[in-house]
Amino acid sequence: MPTHDVLIIGAGLAGQRAAIAAADAGSSVAIMSKVHPVRSHSNSAAGGINAALNPEDSWESHALDTVKGSDYLGDQDAIEIMCREAPDEILTLEHMGVTFHRNESGHLGTRAFGGASAARTYYVADITGQALLHVLYEQLLKREETVDRLEEWFTTSLLRDDDGRCTGVIARDIRSGRLEVFTAKAVIVASGGVGQAYRPTTNALICTGDGIAQAYRIGAPLMDMEMIQYHPTTLAENGFLITEGARGEGAHLYNAEGERFMEKYAPSKMELASRDVVSRAEQTEIEEGRGFPDGTIALDITKVPKKRILESLREIVNIGRDFAGTDITREPIHIRPGQHYVMGGVKTDVQGRTPIEGLYAAGEVACVSVHGGNRLGANSLLDTLVFGRRAGEHAAQHASATGLPEHSEARLSDEQAWIDSIVSRDRGGRRVSELKAELGTAMNEHVAVFRHQDGLEQALEIVRRLQEEGESAWIDDQGTIFNQDVLGAIELGYMLDCAETIVVASLERKESRGAHFRTDFPERNDDEWLKHIDISRNGATPEIGYSPVTITQWQPEERTY
Amino acid sequence: MPEFTLKIRRFLPETGDAPYWEDFTVDLEGHRSVLEGILQVRDVQDGSVGIRCSCRAAICGSCGVRINGRATLACKTHLNDALEDSQEDGAIVIEPMGNMPVIKDLIVDMDAVHWTKIRRVTPWLLPDGPPPEREYVVPHEAMVDVTQSMACIQCGACVSDCLSMEVDADFVGPAALAKAYRFVGDPRDAQHEERLRDLAEDPHGIHDCTHCFACIDACPKGVAPMDQIMRLRRMAGSDYEIDDRNNGHRHESAFTEIIRKKGILDEAKLLPDSYGGKLHPRVVPELVDSLPVIVTALTRGKITPKAALMPHRLPRDSQEAVKRIFETIDERDERYELNLYITGFEDEEVEKAAAEEERGPHE
Repeated sequence: MPTHDVLIIGAGLAGQRAAIAAADAGSSVAIMSKVHPVRSHSNSAAGGINAALNPEDSWESHALDTVKGSDYLGDQDAIEIMCREAPDEILTLEHMGVTFHRNESGHLGTRAFGGASAARTYYVADITGQALLHVLYEQLLKREETVDRLEEWFTTSLLRDDDGRCTGVIARDIRSGRLEVFTAKAVIVASGGVGQAYRPTTNALICTGDGIAQAYRIGAPLMDMEMIQYHPTTLAENGFLITEGARGEGAHLYNAEGERFMEKYAPSKMELASRDVVSRAEQTEIEEGRGFPDGTIALDITKVPKKRILESLREIVNIGRDFAGTDITREPIHIRPGQHYVMGGVKTDVQGRTPIEGLYAAGEVACVSVHGGNRLGANSLLDTLVFGRRAGEHAAQHASATGLPEHSEARLSDEQAWIDSIVSRDRGGRRVSELKAELGTAMNEHVAVFRHQDGLEQALEIVRRLQEEGESAWIDDQGTIFNQDVLGAIELGYMLDCAETIVVASLERKESRGAHFRTDFPERNDDEWLKHIDISRNGATPEIGYSPVTITQWQPEERTY
Repeated sequence: MPEFTLKIRRFLPETGDAPYWEDFTVDLEGHRSVLEGILQVRDVQDGSVGIRCSCRAAICGSCGVRINGRATLACKTHLNDALEDSQEDGAIVIEPMGNMPVIKDLIVDMDAVHWTKIRRVTPWLLPDGPPPEREYVVPHEAMVDVTQSMACIQCGACVSDCLSMEVDADFVGPAALAKAYRFVGDPRDAQHEERLRDLAEDPHGIHDCTHCFACIDACPKGVAPMDQIMRLRRMAGSDYEIDDRNNGHRHESAFTEIIRKKGILDEAKLLPDSYGGKLHPRVVPELVDSLPVIVTALTRGKITPKAALMPHRLPRDSQEAVKRIFETIDERDERYELNLYITGFEDEEVEKAAAEEERGPHE
């Protein structure tokens, strides 16, 4: 049975950064992922990463923008840490080899981004996430001696001992189908968000909420799950992302009447208001009949000089050409708001600790919370790296002061029996793929930009029915080698657990804040709702609790852009 | 909606059966991707069809496959384009990538080949001494320049279709060499010469590439691995004057010099010139070594004694035209390197855009 000081689940930016930090702190480390690390969804973060690194900029300004962007639901102690540590993190990455683009003088260059009061987004063309991910993987290869890479291993459960400590995981080697117990003194969950519970979504097929559900199932509370970000610029047909970098470089939004409608909603920041504001503006235009016939808005990038587009927005030139048949250097591209990010997640403190001893979380899977009700563009990469590193460092420290956990192999045979039972289900019920499609459509209809009681109740009913149907849903693949079908069935369970908590929390928050807009409660209500909603599993049902928002120096104000 | 037939190469290792073809019909608009077609097959017909996939938008590099015999990303290929390219009657042919062992259906063992080669090129930055207090100050152009190789998503399409790797499995290969350029072109790396010497001296290194362009065709991200290999060669030979034991640099110089003088390749001259000229002591053993090849070529009529003694000649004006190309290139102060992120689109589109600019702004 493999044993490590620190075991990390998920190998995107948060996971890889945690692995490097823990290894450099002297721990024996394993990093496990259901896909090869460079396939992780961090790739898709195109635009850049925020840091107040310029002498004229300040971390306080970055923090205030983030607090305001969060609609005052972000915890200000965590936001302060993130913004203070951002400059050093950028420099560390630069020293590791990230090919950040430079300005004329050869120093790190920046671009503008939404909700920010200064141009503080550092970038590599429009492949920033990809460049970061591949450079961190270079660093993992460099640390081959201290970091075991478990590529294409699928985690099925987190383990807890009788004292309540998290002691490791059970995982399946996708290539052989073999199930194994991995023991560790500390486990860091860093396996990303749950965009696949929505259809369409900008998220990759692998974003199925595995870590959120696994932690929830062993008793870790989830926080702010109602806060789901809709990105303002996604392709109508398939949900693909057009980076906010486009607007950062100067692109404008127009409705079908040719009106630059952001003037009405955010007269000073215009297209670069917070994402929730821009998405709501677009959705309002569409619903009031000023969108294009296919329910879209026009994003006009032709304003940006062609040389600049080719140098720094090349990926969306490709996406426009390959997936929308549009040459964005010559004509506007049609977009609409699409599901993009979950601000909520596994509740952690600023060290990445969950309330369960030995269990950490970092990245989109976690909720520290630095994003509160709405995440600013280019703050997600920063979140993964700063809190990935902190979780790695702290887990290493925890491991050095802890003995190896006891464990029993008994769980392994139960887990094997459960997986075998999925494979051998008869075809009486529905297909797993059908349930997944129904879930995504329902969530996108009822738990989207605008929400109200009736729709949310309908969504809850659908999710609970799907949970039941999921118990008998069947698959085709009977094999063990690369049985992706059975993994899909397990992922459906993860998504349904996450979806249930999203809907329950959305029903609970009877106000409008950040990305959560209730048409039946259209105002923000600080008196009653300036607090986090925590959801813990009690038996099979979600139990609601509350925790206070940490406010250090910025009192809630009205939010205008 | 239109129907498309996907002819998928199946291989289910646990059955003990040999690989076989299976046809599936899907209903999708023609501008949707081949991957979406395969996902529809999985969702409603047969969930056991194996393919790695994740982002659906050509960023994660998971879904490298061969479509109609050529490696590409399934998510980036439109169904109607694939059908148009098909040589089979009305079916889009989908197979696993080449040069790598197949694990199941369309899933190949990337680790055994692709990643092993990536690890071969010391794929991490090797700077000199401790880092500066702030960032390394480097030219903007240098960072834009290496972006082309940073744009590689490690999908393996170039490795799949590399012809050199087909005959020499040990060839470091297009993806790993493009990765090497990412460090050799990065001014922060302090081991440029060591890296270049290593890859030039390796018999399976930069001089093992036969310049066939297959990797450039296959690459879905415009990385143009062969261009990066050629840049490594130029840097090794011209900038660091690495006289490699594979004779790669001398061979390339001899080739260019013959073209410069004659405008056309004189094959009989190429071998001796590559080893320092007819009278050079290095030539004799090399000629002796090459005798079997020469004999085979003679017996098959590939070369004749007459052709060797009296090579083809270009007409004088064509020779002059070739000379002018060399002169134009020699006049440049800096070596002209093609780079997607700097020069923009593929050639055809650059020309189109340039023509448009000449015509003045439209509307």
